[in-house]
Amino acid sequence: MSPARGRWRDRAIAALGLTAIWVLLWGSFTPLTMVGGALVAVVVLTVFPLPAVTYAGRIHPLGVLRFAGRFAKDLVVASVQVSSLAFRFGHVPRSAVIAVPLKVPSDLGLTLTAEAVSLVPGSLIVEADRERGVLYVHVLGVRDAAGADRFRRDVLDLERRIVQAFGSPAERRAIKEPPT
Amino acid sequence: MTVIAVLVTSLLALGAGLALIRVVRGPSVLDRIVATDVLLAVIVMAIAAEAAFSRDATGLPILVVLSILGFTGAVSVARFTSAASAASAPRGRR
Amino acid sequence: MSGVLDVVAAACLVVGALLSLSAGVALLRFPDLLSRMHAATKPQVLGLLLVLLGCGLRLRDIVDVTTLILVAVFGMATAPVAAHMVGRAGYRAGMARSDLLVTDELATADERP
Repeated sequence: MSPARGRWRDRAIAALGLTAIWVLLWGSFTPLTMVGGALVAVVVLTVFPLPAVTYAGRIHPLGVLRFAGRFAKDLVVASVQVSSLAFRFGHVPRSAVIAVPLKVPSDLGLTLTAEAVSLVPGSLIVEADRERGVLYVHVLGVRDAAGADRFRRDVLDLERRIVQAFGSPAERRAIKEPPT
Repeated sequence: MTVIAVLVTSLLALGAGLALIRVVRGPSVLDRIVATDVLLAVIVMAIAAEAAFSRDATGLPILVVLSILGFTGAVSVARFTSAASAASAPRGRR
Repeated sequence: MSGVLDVVAAACLVVGALLSLSAGVALLRFPDLLSRMHAATKPQVLGLLLVLLGCGLRLRDIVDVTTLILVAVFGMATAPVAAHMVGRAGYRAGMARSDLLVTDELATADERP
């Protein structure tokens, strides 16, 4: 795909997203809201152009489903864990700052992984090194080095699920090669 | 449904009260911001719960505005709080 | 049918409210800023989603449900931004208590060239 065509594809995706938000805000799927939303999206994208975030990947529905299901499970489990820590009186929870070097350090993959990690209670992105693709995560309730390693593996598994859901073919190949 | 409404309201109020204590006690600006964020989340939940109990959607646009703009306060304070002023809070009282 | 939906909605609302209570308790009990931030994530994500789900199950109107979906999406898109900004500022200000950290791989990474 040529760079210019990729650029237009990015803009089309952004315009589609903005139109969807507009329609959802109105809450009615009529031609008027759809055309109006498309017009507003074009104006917004012309007046406030986005920095070029190239998205070379393809969305894999099965991967998205697997990612979403596992994310929901993680969310519930982690919420229960942090809640039970809150109600365990007389116990001071220990934590750790863990470096996680990602396998596929693309901008989008880094961002999505960081968002997913932050949304789950009990883990928090303290610092992100974009050049080297390293996330520094603060984790609550880690007792020892083995717990830290287990968490690092969890984040890498999460990254693999995200790449398999949203990644480009090259990224999907890169993440499959070294089995962890 | 009335029993549920009373239960949910008192749980939310208790959570908001505890967050408010943290806002007052601090000790640093960032602690207060985190507690204020929790307070905001509780307020959003309270508005949504009210809409659910009364089956009345009047409050929902407030939720949209809060969910878009609610994080700007925390971001701007974190951005413009210098490391010195964040750490200058007394570290003994926690 | 609507009775079942109401029961599910009530359960969602109660669990969401419980999460906000536990966040309040954790906010008071946890020892340092970064631990408290973990507690804050709970009502902002799972609690909000559950309450919005309960709200949607009670209202059952397509216009209101789309608004609730938007609230959920915006909430989940913005919460990590605020959490990251506050967490980074707090870490740089030295507010992660090092006596409670098992390892700190960011501190050792800074020393590397």
